[in-house]
Amino acid sequence: MSQSGKTYYDPADLKKFSQISEFGETLGRKFFDWYAEVFKEGALTQREKSLIALAVAHAVQCAYCIDAYTTDSLEKGANEEQMMEAVHVAAAIRGGASLVHSVQMMNKAKSLGM
Amino acid sequence: MPTALPTLKRQQSPLADAAYQRELLEQGSERLRELPRFSARLAESGLSPLRPLALQVLQVNVGKRCNQTCKHCHVDAGPERDEQMDRPTFAACLDALRRFGVDTLDVTGGAPEMNPHFRWFVEQARPLVRQLLVRCNLTILVAGKRFLELPAFYRAQRVHVVSSLPYYEAKFTDRQRGEGVFERSLKALRLLNAEGYAQPGTGLELDLVYNPAGAFLPASQAALEADFKRELKSRHGIDFDRLYVLTNLPISRFLEYLERSGNLEDYLERLVSAYNPAAAEGVMCRTTLSVGWDGTLYDCDFNQMLELGLVPDTPQHIRDFDPAALARRAIRTGQHCYGCTAGAGSSCGGETVR
Repeated sequence: MSQSGKTYYDPADLKKFSQISEFGETLGRKFFDWYAEVFKEGALTQREKSLIALAVAHAVQCAYCIDAYTTDSLEKGANEEQMMEAVHVAAAIRGGASLVHSVQMMNKAKSLGM
Repeated sequence: MPTALPTLKRQQSPLADAAYQRELLEQGSERLRELPRFSARLAESGLSPLRPLALQVLQVNVGKRCNQTCKHCHVDAGPERDEQMDRPTFAACLDALRRFGVDTLDVTGGAPEMNPHFRWFVEQARPLVRQLLVRCNLTILVAGKRFLELPAFYRAQRVHVVSSLPYYEAKFTDRQRGEGVFERSLKALRLLNAEGYAQPGTGLELDLVYNPAGAFLPASQAALEADFKRELKSRHGIDFDRLYVLTNLPISRFLEYLERSGNLEDYLERLVSAYNPAAAEGVMCRTTLSVGWDGTLYDCDFNQMLELGLVPDTPQHIRDFDPAALARRAIRTGQHCYGCTAGAGSSCGGETVR
């Protein structure tokens, strides 16, 4: 919370997500229909999808998503250890994405050097 | 003995008062007041008034004394509670079973085994019912010399044992039920397996009950049962038959936890948003009748703890048990009922939506 008492994120706004359709009904409906379909049990279980969502939420650092998928992961039967491992996967990919580009840096450095 | 936390009663918490709890749930804040009334949702689902179906289970709560003080307990049970069913009231229960017959007797508490008349009651009741369930908290079986013979007693009486185990790891279990409970529970489960419970060909049934260790809804029963079977067998060599999955209802100590942790309004809103008419149709109060430690009749164990008795002009005490009269009653409901109708539904037998 900032010193002024105001904050960019209000946890209560998460519940209002569906209201975005107010500013665009067709696209909103298409998004939420697709979203619901994505999270149905399929080739992956709902728990697996929830843990993936949790990991991605950390990768993109969406506070709303982190709240939503922490609850959802617990409600799909994941435990704290599994959830933290999922976050580490996200962290490893984010870290790895930076580090793998260092191959390019190394290539460049070697091309410039004697 | 596992570390005991104080009961609400011992803490002299306002939440030890049932009327206070009912008021909090119905009117406790602006957000709670804005929630749709459960009775209105039932009416929308074509289920109002909620009526019983054929009675299948007589659930007898034999007292509030328990060797544990689990954080989520809706009974506010604990070692210092002295409310215990007496012999005349037990006799009235047996008389009701003899006169009218019920398929299943479900014995609960507290820790029912701590009632001094418990074994006598089970011996007398067993021939009167097809199935006799005991809600056993497991640690009572290893709580002292007085209880060591219970696994053999259960086997001899062919009791169907139903026991709570919030998780297959110590961390989640002990966080909810007290330090050391998980290890003691494993010990007790091994004793029951050794007596033949959940072993092929014995017919001795041992079921486990999961409830979430916090303010969230449970995962699917099928998914959790698969996890529990795999992990308890591979890690500890333990067998069981079925896992029931229960939602925590906002009553007594779980209500106190919700209020103290700032989760009460969010949790009630979650229960309301997860309302499932199919779960409402199959709620356990339609086929189960609850008997309090003093013989008072209730629609369910939760109504019992909220001291919501049966509607007027209905038999109020087990000595006046009359299935025909009871079948005509309307079941009393309140905001806490959203706990039994969320998602796949919740009951003493697990999910209600099949």
